[in-house]
Amino acid sequence: MEFSRPVRWLLLLAVLLLAVFPFVGADYYTELVVRIMIFGIFAMSLDLLIGFTGLVSFGHAAFFGLAGYVLAIVTPESSGVSLFWSLPLSILASGLAAAIIGWFSVRTTGIYFIMITLAFAQMVFYYFQEAVQWGGSDGMFLFFRPTVTIGNTVILDLEQNRTFYYFVLGSLVASLLLVKRLLGSPFGRVIMGIKANESRTRAIGYATFYYKWVSFIIAGMLAGLAGYLEVTHTGTISPGYLAWHESGIVIMVVVLGGLGTLYGPVIGAFVFVVLQDTLQDYTSHWLLIMGILVILIALFLPKGVTGLLDQILYRQGIQNTNNEDHGHQDHRT
Amino acid sequence: MTPVILSTQDLTAQFGAISAVDFVSLEFRQQQLHAIIGPNGAGKTTFINLLSGELMPTTGTIHYLGKDISQLSADKISRLGIGRSFQKTNIFPTFSCLQNCLLGAQSRLPHSMHFFQRASRLTDVTERAQRSLALCGLSDRENSIAAMMSYGEQRQLEIGMMLATEPQLLLLDEPLAGMGTIEAQRVIELIQALKQDHTIILIEHDMQAVFVVADRLTVMVNGKVIATGTVAEIRANKMVQEAFFADEVIGDD
Repeated sequence: MEFSRPVRWLLLLAVLLLAVFPFVGADYYTELVVRIMIFGIFAMSLDLLIGFTGLVSFGHAAFFGLAGYVLAIVTPESSGVSLFWSLPLSILASGLAAAIIGWFSVRTTGIYFIMITLAFAQMVFYYFQEAVQWGGSDGMFLFFRPTVTIGNTVILDLEQNRTFYYFVLGSLVASLLLVKRLLGSPFGRVIMGIKANESRTRAIGYATFYYKWVSFIIAGMLAGLAGYLEVTHTGTISPGYLAWHESGIVIMVVVLGGLGTLYGPVIGAFVFVVLQDTLQDYTSHWLLIMGILVILIALFLPKGVTGLLDQILYRQGIQNTNNEDHGHQDHRT
Repeated sequence: MTPVILSTQDLTAQFGAISAVDFVSLEFRQQQLHAIIGPNGAGKTTFINLLSGELMPTTGTIHYLGKDISQLSADKISRLGIGRSFQKTNIFPTFSCLQNCLLGAQSRLPHSMHFFQRASRLTDVTERAQRSLALCGLSDRENSIAAMMSYGEQRQLEIGMMLATEPQLLLLDEPLAGMGTIEAQRVIELIQALKQDHTIILIEHDMQAVFVVADRLTVMVNGKVIATGTVAEIRANKMVQEAFFADEVIGDD
């Protein structure tokens, strides 16, 4: 997995723009960008499964919401808890759930995989829906954001919105680099082989089950990071966060942005949140417009918004068309 | 004769009432090219699928170098040094030629659960992949996307990817199927070269090619072995001639 040179420059530019945004944008829009970045991490984690391992998980919100719940549960009403243990704990909880759900679900493929991940996620949903000690269907509040202190020194004050903004930006960049590194590793090679042709991957000597399982766990943990940040950001968590429509929306966002591109889902998150924000003022049926957009993209832009971007770059003769054809092929098989 | 590398005992694969492979007991000897011939539907590919672990036998056993491998999965069998090619081209269509072979070569690491190591720095994996590409004659197509290549080249890549896993025993399922004369000739030469240091079990329809490369021949009809012997013995065998020209008759009894 390598980004082409123009994409690399555009990504660098995007990060720079994001870095200066809090100084130029209004607070309202800065909040919006935080939402986009968190959603971007969530969507990127799903792209690791759909776009690179070939596993269409319809229960990804379970891991997002679960980490959020863990943070809310361990945080008392009187003060924030240390990020140094609450973040690993939340991510591990999501990872453990992914390990259990994945152990059963990655044995199946296609429609069965979609159904089994959905069923497991709904189990988690109903658990929290019924869990009165954790607010039941009303959910919970997070009264204080996690603290980042060593001894008595405050390293980062996440209650400061600007500090939190940069913490989220850092998490996004770190996640992107981490997943990119993962895809360039021997492990990454194997999961991409599984996506391209699983039975052949097995025939040349890989126990594909374990690679799919580990990929599922890593994606779950990354979704957990996004969920942790989301709850820190909004200060609330409810069963709705891990319901099936959240899982559906994040699939939509990945398709919208472009499968198998990593940064594409972040662009998808951007389009989604901005559309939501603008259309919501005009109509409560904004998801309808969103749906039409996704249909159009699925029909005409199999590589999502990113594919459009690529085509523009190709037209300018920066790259040959080889990869583009390859992309379409990839999508139809 | 050289020692036995692989043997089957009463190997059977049943699908409902049909036995695609019906109590087949065969021995394959090291450094030999043993071809399996027979009419369509004789169970040859099913037999290969059993050997390579794609399919679990209904009954019977398979021994490889003395070890019972009949219940092992395809990945474990591959790791024991048994490589296979498929009758229907089975490659990674979205990968380049080199990437196809890299994945094959990398499978010989003890495991690939390395998450932060750069795969491109595994120099011995890369070298092995390039070597197998050279062997199958695709060195100049390293960066071509597999799906974009001609059918014949894809067949070559199929073999190249298998060679990248450094197998001792090759299971070749109709490597010449659908190839033009020139491409087929190239593959026959490749098989002859591989014969020097590999044991090969070959399924092939092209009798002329089989008679040239094979040391031993087995004839299968309706899931059963009807004859095994040297090329000369099989050519002289009356039953075999009947099987090929009137396999219905033999199948009825």
